[in-house]
Amino acid sequence: MGHLSWIFVSTLLVNNFTLVMFLGLCSFFGVTGKVETAWRLGLANTFVLLLTALSAWFLNSYVLQRTPFLRTIAFIVVIASAVQIVEMAVKKYLPILFRQLGIYLPLITTNCAILGLALFQTSRNYTLVEALVFALGAGFGLTLALSLMASIRERTELTDPPVVARRMGLVLVIASCLSMAFMGFAGMGSAD
Amino acid sequence: MTAVATPAAPKNDAPAFDPGAPPPATLFQDIWRGIGKENPVLVQFLGMCPTMAVTNILANGFAMGVATTFVLVGSGLFVSLFRKYIAHEVRITSYILIIATFVTLADMLLAASFPDISKALGPFIPLIVANCLLLGRAEAFAAKVKPLRAVADGLGMGLGFTVSLSALASFREILGRGTILGMPLFGPRFEPWVFLMMPPGGFLTLGIACLTVAYVIEWRKKHTLAARSA
Repeated sequence: MGHLSWIFVSTLLVNNFTLVMFLGLCSFFGVTGKVETAWRLGLANTFVLLLTALSAWFLNSYVLQRTPFLRTIAFIVVIASAVQIVEMAVKKYLPILFRQLGIYLPLITTNCAILGLALFQTSRNYTLVEALVFALGAGFGLTLALSLMASIRERTELTDPPVVARRMGLVLVIASCLSMAFMGFAGMGSAD
Repeated sequence: MTAVATPAAPKNDAPAFDPGAPPPATLFQDIWRGIGKENPVLVQFLGMCPTMAVTNILANGFAMGVATTFVLVGSGLFVSLFRKYIAHEVRITSYILIIATFVTLADMLLAASFPDISKALGPFIPLIVANCLLLGRAEAFAAKVKPLRAVADGLGMGLGFTVSLSALASFREILGRGTILGMPLFGPRFEPWVFLMMPPGGFLTLGIACLTVAYVIEWRKKHTLAARSA
């Protein structure tokens, strides 16, 4: 139990996928204009992460033992299908969210966080339960980072930055400060 | 009795316009576009995950750039070759499969020839698959032009990516470690700026680069305005 909760906390805070491991930055910079959209995308990502962890574990245990060179291709195909399923579900049951997320929903496929999760899970030889906890921690970590960033950016909308910082410059410096804050958790140790 | 005015039928003699197809350009322009005006890192902000994750030392950044260039050129060529046979509905999946094949090739080649760098980059080589730059170029460019232009564009984008990654990585390695390609640059009294080697340093370095680019653009704008009014 202690081992599992440590995996969760370390992926959520110490090795936060977005701010410390640099995974999933496209949506981190693209969809963090509004808090509401940001945390919802985070939750959609969490769902895809859980699906991916499950299918990657099955692939690793039963299919990829003898064909390790097909790993990247197999993972990306599974992820693309998982995203397709989530997209159809969101379109059917949450049409407003579907419109808000726009292009970023299908783009979850090319979110490095998802593929990164499958690859890390493989290289660390996680069991099914460990992999699911890992995915949950990663998903909540993403949601946390996205919502933090979005709430800061909502505030900066009202400010008047210098001309050169209007586009990405300011956002990147804010991200740097957030990442610095998360480095503070590094003292807790690391999961490997 | 009122005559119903029928609107004149729109003339249909405009030249065939393929929406979204890139305008014709010479090969040199195709290559130069990726390095300069549409630089993937500094202008378009595509593929930022590897940009920040592997640029802590120059060797890693450069290797990442070369691997990405290889995949860009290979996938561009094949996407363009098969552009007439891939159905519109399954195009994204097909592009991803082509890209994933080349990424697997790059991964194995790197692991066989430079095992140290391969180990240092770890999962970031397979993660090239998820780099938005590749899918973006396949969808926006390679799928709409002849193979030669697709290769030129891939080469240009790859070079632009490599150059920006190497620049960012040199900045971080020189200030964060006091070395360049592993060779010490400063005397023993140099205190390395360790912050730059850590994750926040990655964000800050790209932030500084982005502010610099914006400053240069503003400065040029001001100068052309001044030149015009003078």
